Amino acid sequence: MQNLDNFIDKLLADSDDSPTRLLQHLIAIQQQYSHVPDEAIQVLSKRLDIPPVQIHSVIEFYAFLHRRARGDYDIRFSDNITDRMLGNRGLFRGMCRKLGVKPGVPRADGKVTVAMTSCTGLCDQGPALLANGIAVSRLTEERIHKIVGLIEAGTPVDNWPSRFFIIKDNIQRREQLLTDDLIKGSAIESLLTRGSDFLLEWLDQSGLRGRGGAGFKTATKWRYCRDAKAEEHFVVCNADEGEPGTFKDRILLNSYADCVFEGMTLCAGVVGAKKGFLYLRGEYLYLLEKLEKTLQKRRDARLLGNGILGCEGFDFDIEIHLGAGAYVCGEESALIESLEGKRGIPRNRPPFPVTSGYMQQPTVVNNVETLVAAARIAVCGPPWFRSSGTVESSGTKLFSISGDCERPGIYEYPFGVTIRQVLEDCGATDTQAVQISGAAGSTIPPQEFYRSIAFEDVPTGGSFMIFNKKRDLLKMVLNFSRFFCHESCGFCTPCRIGGRLMNDLVEKVMVGYATSYDLEELKKIGMVMKKTAHCGLGSTAPNPVLDTLEKFPGTYSKRLVNKSYEPAFNLEKALEVSRHLTGRDDEEAHLRLGN
Amino acid sequence: MNTEKTFKLDGKDIPFKDGETVMDAALRAGEYIPHLCHNPDFPPHGSCRVCVVSVNGKHTCSCTLEASTGMDVDNSSEAIIDERRALLQMLFVEGNHTCPACEKSGECQLQAVAYHTGMLSPHFTHFFPKRSIDASHPEMMFYYNRCILCGLCVRVSRDVDKKSVFVISGRGFKSKLVFNSSSGKLGDTGFSASDKAASVCPVGAILPKYHGYEIPIGQRLYDKEPISVVGDTAAHNGDRTNGGSNE
Repeated sequence: MQNLDNFIDKLLADSDDSPTRLLQHLIAIQQQYSHVPDEAIQVLSKRLDIPPVQIHSVIEFYAFLHRRARGDYDIRFSDNITDRMLGNRGLFRGMCRKLGVKPGVPRADGKVTVAMTSCTGLCDQGPALLANGIAVSRLTEERIHKIVGLIEAGTPVDNWPSRFFIIKDNIQRREQLLTDDLIKGSAIESLLTRGSDFLLEWLDQSGLRGRGGAGFKTATKWRYCRDAKAEEHFVVCNADEGEPGTFKDRILLNSYADCVFEGMTLCAGVVGAKKGFLYLRGEYLYLLEKLEKTLQKRRDARLLGNGILGCEGFDFDIEIHLGAGAYVCGEESALIESLEGKRGIPRNRPPFPVTSGYMQQPTVVNNVETLVAAARIAVCGPPWFRSSGTVESSGTKLFSISGDCERPGIYEYPFGVTIRQVLEDCGATDTQAVQISGAAGSTIPPQEFYRSIAFEDVPTGGSFMIFNKKRDLLKMVLNFSRFFCHESCGFCTPCRIGGRLMNDLVEKVMVGYATSYDLEELKKIGMVMKKTAHCGLGSTAPNPVLDTLEKFPGTYSKRLVNKSYEPAFNLEKALEVSRHLTGRDDEEAHLRLGN
Repeated sequence: MNTEKTFKLDGKDIPFKDGETVMDAALRAGEYIPHLCHNPDFPPHGSCRVCVVSVNGKHTCSCTLEASTGMDVDNSSEAIIDERRALLQMLFVEGNHTCPACEKSGECQLQAVAYHTGMLSPHFTHFFPKRSIDASHPEMMFYYNRCILCGLCVRVSRDVDKKSVFVISGRGFKSKLVFNSSSGKLGDTGFSASDKAASVCPVGAILPKYHGYEIPIGQRLYDKEPISVVGDTAAHNGDRTNGGSNE
């Protein structure tokens, strides 16, 4: 494979031989060859001095990397519950049938693979898929039909009709953050005029807290990092927006990227970082080129690089790293591992990234929205920021609204807004439940719609999925439990095994073979996961089950066979053998597992 | 010298040095906290979670937790033991652990810790994974059925033997131990029975070939005294493999 050698040579020529580049190289090779060939692994192993088996283990960790070729067309349907509610399963089956492929298995002629993937962040304009990594929105039968035709005709994805790739910002409501854009460089100028102590004071007074959902005080984080003595400091923007139902960062990266980078530069100036990373989830690959251009424009305008805005010694630049299909990399220490080119296994904490992060150096990891807010505060000041929100949760929050409502999209609200108000504004009627803060968040029943979105009441990273009364909430629960099962990194016992046990039990409820004993088991396993898991993924994974068991018991009880015991023998699983022998996988060959 | 710093473990004062973990301080003081992925000779890992304790009401892993004064550690309440038991049961159903037919029975830390927590059955539905044995190595065997993914062999082979023979691959419940060779076989790695990594497995996943049942069941390490008294199996592996194997 002379071609491959050339490709890798060029890839490696453009960067140093640092093992931290491994994941980025693997992604580039995957994009070029639809898999990572063994020859490539051998070359990388030699050049980066990493044993081949370790490279295998990285490939096997990330859902978008493969050791077997996927073909000229690698199609992945987004499989969030909101995509399902919009009918993605039917479209998926239709495409598989038309192309003559089995889900997830490359076609014999090596042309195409069609598979499912976790939420791709297009819930407001789904159902969605990724074609060779590029997002396609608003799937219909007609669009699927056309895509099948394009694939069979061998038309490169680059030449598909551009309307397939239109991703709208879909901003439905604006407040302080989205009304005006920042004048380029104004936040950095503010820093240079006022000084970092003063700016930290401003951030403190504004009460800005992390927008990822945990709500850590931004000023405190920056201060810890700044005060940690070390050779280098780093700034990382967490754009691994993987929480199902969240897509606010998509909008910020698309239309407010300058503000995001300005926030990172501001942070760099405060903590003394020379280098920053934007960790962009692989699903947002389509934004990469535009973001790179924005970075270049900022370098040209001396807003990045050496001597920013003429200030000697203020050197900072930003590199974009891609993710490759791993939700857990949204956890900051897993993200840092991934930045270092490794499997995204969350680290033991303490030490926290602010003292020991990227390459064991003090590192600030901030959410995209937090950095945008910080840049705006640097220009507009604390009173401006505090004019919105509550005492404990100042400012506004971007909501990603999807599911059963007339107007899905991005809504900016002051913290403290009630759930009822949001539902009214987006045109949701007959609402049965709202899933707030994603699969790991909380399921809110109508009797709690009076509650408000704020760190002190219902906290959120921004995901807001609406389910009307016609929906079967158990399908949501099953979708989420499969998601967590798939996304668990596998490091700790409770998440790796408990997550799978819970998923199996939810399936048992779904097919109608569960008993009240199984519901107690779900609660018990869920509590063990909550209390003993290694990271936030494991401890929040049981939330949808525990929440719905408590607040929507009918969802489960109506499916229970009226017995206190049912053997663990699982007919659906037992049928797998027969399905395999008979080569059948049609609906009739399954028990009722929902759609 | 300053007065010694202490924290409370089940009401007892446990002295600790700066930077020491709750686990290490407790073990040094002769207090047993159940554990599988932890081996006091190596840096803590925190993956099995069996060493969960409650510290001032918060449940956390004791092997990675730095001790500090004012800590009130619960190591023996019903709630904590229930959680540990559930974690052990999970490990039992994840693999295929048929103790009566396992050469490591009686010297297996998983089995001994399960006894210690009063586990009477695996409780959860078995996964019954199809797993194989790698017998390609001239001196050692690897039993996938018994691997609990504690990562001890991975860490020790990498950090002590400097060979990186073992790596954990995959993700989630598809995680598995793999070997550093082009064939994927243990026999084609640089692994040796004299490696430190050959004697740290807490279960019967890595065992020497040509030696079986040299110590009768009933006379083995944990048959005589519980794990809370005699400690980890790895600490005794030397007696066993050297005593019975070389001649």
